Amino acid sequence: MNQVQNFTKGLFKENPVFVMMLGLCPALGVTTSAINGLGMGLATTFVLLMSNIVVSIIKKSIPPKVRIPSFIVIIASFVTIVDLTMNAYLPALHKELGLFIPLIVVNCLVMGRAEGFASKNNTFSSIIDAIGMGFGFAIALTILGGVREILGSGAIFGITLVDADLMLAFVLAPGAFIGLGYLIALHRLIKSN
Amino acid sequence: MEYIIIIISAIFVNNIVLAKFLGICPFVGVSAKTDTAIGMSGAVMFVMTIATIITWLIKTYILKVYELQFLEIISFILVISSLVQLVEIILKKVSPPLFQALGIYLPLITTNCAILGVAIEASGANEFGLLQSTVFAIANAIGFGLVMILFASLREHLDLVNVPKGMRGVPASFIVAGILALAFMGFSGLV
Repeated sequence: MNQVQNFTKGLFKENPVFVMMLGLCPALGVTTSAINGLGMGLATTFVLLMSNIVVSIIKKSIPPKVRIPSFIVIIASFVTIVDLTMNAYLPALHKELGLFIPLIVVNCLVMGRAEGFASKNNTFSSIIDAIGMGFGFAIALTILGGVREILGSGAIFGITLVDADLMLAFVLAPGAFIGLGYLIALHRLIKSN
Repeated sequence: MEYIIIIISAIFVNNIVLAKFLGICPFVGVSAKTDTAIGMSGAVMFVMTIATIITWLIKTYILKVYELQFLEIISFILVISSLVQLVEIILKKVSPPLFQALGIYLPLITTNCAILGVAIEASGANEFGLLQSTVFAIANAIGFGLVMILFASLREHLDLVNVPKGMRGVPASFIVAGILALAFMGFSGLV
């Protein structure tokens, strides 16, 4: 496969959140602001990249029967690294993202790419795939976080645009579902044109 | 009284799906029919309760004693995924009818973040005892089942309605879920 195509597919055409519906729990749970969405997206990208690299290197030495548990252990190791590193250097963001950092380990996106792509392709393709998919995930989360932040508190990346009480529901739980619903519909509309 | 607060809070106020956003994949994936929603909820309740008890014991008597807390994520996920396999084997031998009902949902549960999420919360931030953790897990599973069944019944009706083309399917379901979450926000302040 063409490497450029391999990279760009994750950004729009096969976007993990809007098209494949993978990793929806963090996509809904942490996107109360654009910066949280970006932080979560980059943390997931790191885990995805590292697990794709390791899986694609050792894929030949893993017996097919214990494939899934081995992938889980690989992913869980990198999630632990992210968890401890963030706790040490970005404690504020770590507290905001909370439970969803350890839950990257059960993010279907990471497992899905390890099983569906890295276990079948060479290391270079896997790296490109992981970066493309990871950035697609990060972009989707940042857009959803941005929309919710603008509509809910009139700010973007913490910079106040409108100094007023807007639709508070968008920062709370219902706004996540409604915002994502409209964004998926919008993505379909752009794709079909 | 303490247990009643845990139960009400987990089912209604901090609902696992609508307020904490855990277990969204099965919530969207297998909630198209009421039957499958009931099957999935049963399987989740079964595994969530056992997994929470076992991970609580591991955390308290192994990880804390030997100061190995950094191994929490790896050990919990390994325990949960092997537990799911074990439950599958035992159910197949002991109770074939139950296996028939829950069997196809069990493999899906390993990657259900609700199980790991509840296990981490019960033994971590909340600092629950063993009995409290068990009650917490059962209550969360009931909350999951309640929302799954409510949402499945809503989606069965949604199929019959003429929705604009771009909104058909998943987007419309998310809007419905948003309205359901709005309704559940009415419970906040109850506890």
